[in-house]
Amino acid sequence: MFSGPGDVFSFVLLRALTTSSMLKNSSLADGSPMPNSPGSMVNQYRLEEDEEDQLGAYTKDIFVTVDNPESNVTAIETFIMYRVVTKTTRSEFDSSEYEVRRRYQDFLWLRSRLEENHPTLIVHPLPEKFVMKGMVERFNDDFIETRRKALHRFLNKISEHPVLSYSQHFKVFLTAQDLVSQRKQGPGFLSRMGETVRAVANSVRGLKSRPEEFTVMQDYMENFSNKICSVDKVTQRIIKEQREYLDELKQYSPTYTQWAESEEELSQPLKAIASCVERCSKETEEQIHHLTEVLVPTLHEYVLCAETVKAVMRRRDNVQAEFEAKNEALVSRKVDQEALQEEVDGLADRVELANNALRGDWSRWQNGMRTDLRSAFISTAEKNVEHYEKCLAVWESFLLSQREEFSQQRGEDAS
Amino acid sequence: MIMADSGSSEEVAVIGNTDLTSTESENNIINTMVEKGTALLRKLEINVAEAEKRTGKNTVNMQETYTVYLIEIRPAETVPEGGTPAAPDTLWRRYSEFELLRTYLLVTYPYVIVPPLPEKRAEFVWHKLSADNLDPDFVERRRVGLENFLLRVASHPVLSNDKLFYLFLTEEKGWREAVLETGFQDKADSRLKSLSAMFRVKNPDKRFTALKHYSDELNTVISQLLRVRARVADRLYGVYKVHGNYGRVFSEWSAIEKEMGDGLQSAGHHMDTYAASIDDILEEEEHYADELKEYLFYTDAVRSVCRKHELIQYELEMAAQDLAHKKQQKEELATGTVRIFSLKGMTSKLFGQESQEQRESRLAALEQSIREGEETVKEKNAECQEFVRTAWEDIERFKEQKDKDLREALIGYAIMQISMCKKGIQVWSNAKECFNKM
Repeated sequence: MFSGPGDVFSFVLLRALTTSSMLKNSSLADGSPMPNSPGSMVNQYRLEEDEEDQLGAYTKDIFVTVDNPESNVTAIETFIMYRVVTKTTRSEFDSSEYEVRRRYQDFLWLRSRLEENHPTLIVHPLPEKFVMKGMVERFNDDFIETRRKALHRFLNKISEHPVLSYSQHFKVFLTAQDLVSQRKQGPGFLSRMGETVRAVANSVRGLKSRPEEFTVMQDYMENFSNKICSVDKVTQRIIKEQREYLDELKQYSPTYTQWAESEEELSQPLKAIASCVERCSKETEEQIHHLTEVLVPTLHEYVLCAETVKAVMRRRDNVQAEFEAKNEALVSRKVDQEALQEEVDGLADRVELANNALRGDWSRWQNGMRTDLRSAFISTAEKNVEHYEKCLAVWESFLLSQREEFSQQRGEDAS
Repeated sequence: MIMADSGSSEEVAVIGNTDLTSTESENNIINTMVEKGTALLRKLEINVAEAEKRTGKNTVNMQETYTVYLIEIRPAETVPEGGTPAAPDTLWRRYSEFELLRTYLLVTYPYVIVPPLPEKRAEFVWHKLSADNLDPDFVERRRVGLENFLLRVASHPVLSNDKLFYLFLTEEKGWREAVLETGFQDKADSRLKSLSAMFRVKNPDKRFTALKHYSDELNTVISQLLRVRARVADRLYGVYKVHGNYGRVFSEWSAIEKEMGDGLQSAGHHMDTYAASIDDILEEEEHYADELKEYLFYTDAVRSVCRKHELIQYELEMAAQDLAHKKQQKEELATGTVRIFSLKGMTSKLFGQESQEQRESRLAALEQSIREGEETVKEKNAECQEFVRTAWEDIERFKEQKDKDLREALIGYAIMQISMCKKGIQVWSNAKECFNKM
């Protein structure tokens, strides 16, 4: 969340600026009233105090869950609807509890709106539309569950975001029984087109002087993107190798069992070994399952995140480029100076806003990334330890059984 | 581990010791052999200490490279505290000499399940393991296998008393000639011919039939197990080694991070450790595979004993059949009836009756033949019974040995798995600590 006074300052500045007459030039185009009630101000200062405990500091006043996927069949298509439940004490909401049904498309809509209205904030990515490798069906149970979890995380990331969680679109998404009619409103395709054209034009010009901090950020993101992709690939490879290992391991038990059938004295230990190997196989299966359930989705999310952050930085660059272009025009042309001056000033503020937004969100994002990845790695390490501990117990119990067998035999021989 | 004659409560503590390595477990099998105590082992301590490469000219006068193995013999007295052990007597033998020894034993003691030699060529290998005979790991494992072979023979109640075995251990030169002088080659050749011939026994001994079936089953199932093991080893190797990639990537990643850097870097080191640990793990597992292989090869020896019994049984049946045939001929000659076709009988029928003289001389010859036949049958019967008696003695001994050794091997395997698990727990606990610092 907030990792220092600088971030709080940026946040406050952002809020202050947007509530001023600069609104018409601000990037918050959804027309939502910025909450500057005393309550929210109090929240800010509380955040300043509880800086150490990043997660706990944020006094959560909105809780969102995604569950209960259900198949919907119409004449044209089949799709999955998820239940989204919201519990909140926020005054902007008329009720304290909401329950709606949403499909993947709706999430896509929400995200694109958020990105549009906050182009230099880091909006958490959504799970991809399709997964090419290893998935046969879109409606495979595992796929649906993985997607549900990712959608849940997405909404939680949004609801924890100090700016995005107050977005009007977010509120509509959480509360409107009929989202389809709501979706048709607001700037859409055309404005996006406009932005893209401007972006292309500006990128051709090139950036005069990107602030050092953003260059550092960009270099970092380039590298981070590479590394997180590598980690993702390595993990996929491990899963593949584990699966192949498991296939071979499963051959052991029937072979030992077959052997046991032709033996007398050895029959018991052989059967015991067969059972041990079988249990270890089950543990390996669980180990693989855990990797695909916990580590892979997290890594994947941050692979997508890296792309998102890179896009955010490009958009910031564009804002700056646009300002520089107009500024140059201003300097060169002597006519229409007054009108142009106002435009340039507006653009300068936009640059300021964009930079502050990104700056604030950047450290927030970094902390989130660190927390999420650390927790995923820890969970994986714990699972592996658990795996080996369980297998250890299996083999130790085998040794124990052999000791008991032998004492029994000795007893029989003696008598 | 379990000692054959140890009745102390020590064994409870020993088997609970899961830190025992598999080589120690192997040593325990050897200790059991020694403790069984043949006269030979009471006298001597036998080791195959080293292996060396030699080059020389072979029979077709071409240069060849081969390996020789150093056999060390020491008197089996315990060395007093602080005293130096006596210098061993040593000699060098190559694999082909071991083979010659074994062939000699096979022929000379056909009722004994002769211990097998380690494999000539590496089989059931997984991809990383070399199939090259000159590979040092292969040579090392063969050295161990040859020592095991000598100890098996030296601890056998019958084989350990063989003079030529003793000479093998003590006389480097002239041993080959001594072996060939026994003339066992001729017996070998004739036995070999008969063994490969197809023959059917009328009344097969049920016990031997059952033993042959068991031996075939064991051969099949151990082969299968060794194949699976090789494939599993291959795959497990892959899993561990890929984790090494984590090491590399974490290290690179740590370079761009501030707070996360140290945690990532040290976690990466543990991933490297994890990846490297598989080499030792799989090398230890080779011991287990070798223990299984010994019994795989033992099944050939068991099968061979069964076949030899079949041969003797067959010869007995043939002799009995031959005797019965002659007796019938005599009866017919005596009573004048011709039930059995014989050329003499036929010709006498065609070309006129034979004289009384002729008949009587034929009868006498037949009676002589019958007496000889009865002697043969008696001999064969005695041979067969003696074979069955001595063979079953050895078979019972073998069964006990097999049950004990394989049980030890399975326990050794479990111990290996435990060791592997403990290593895994350590590495991932360490990694978790590092991740915590991220």
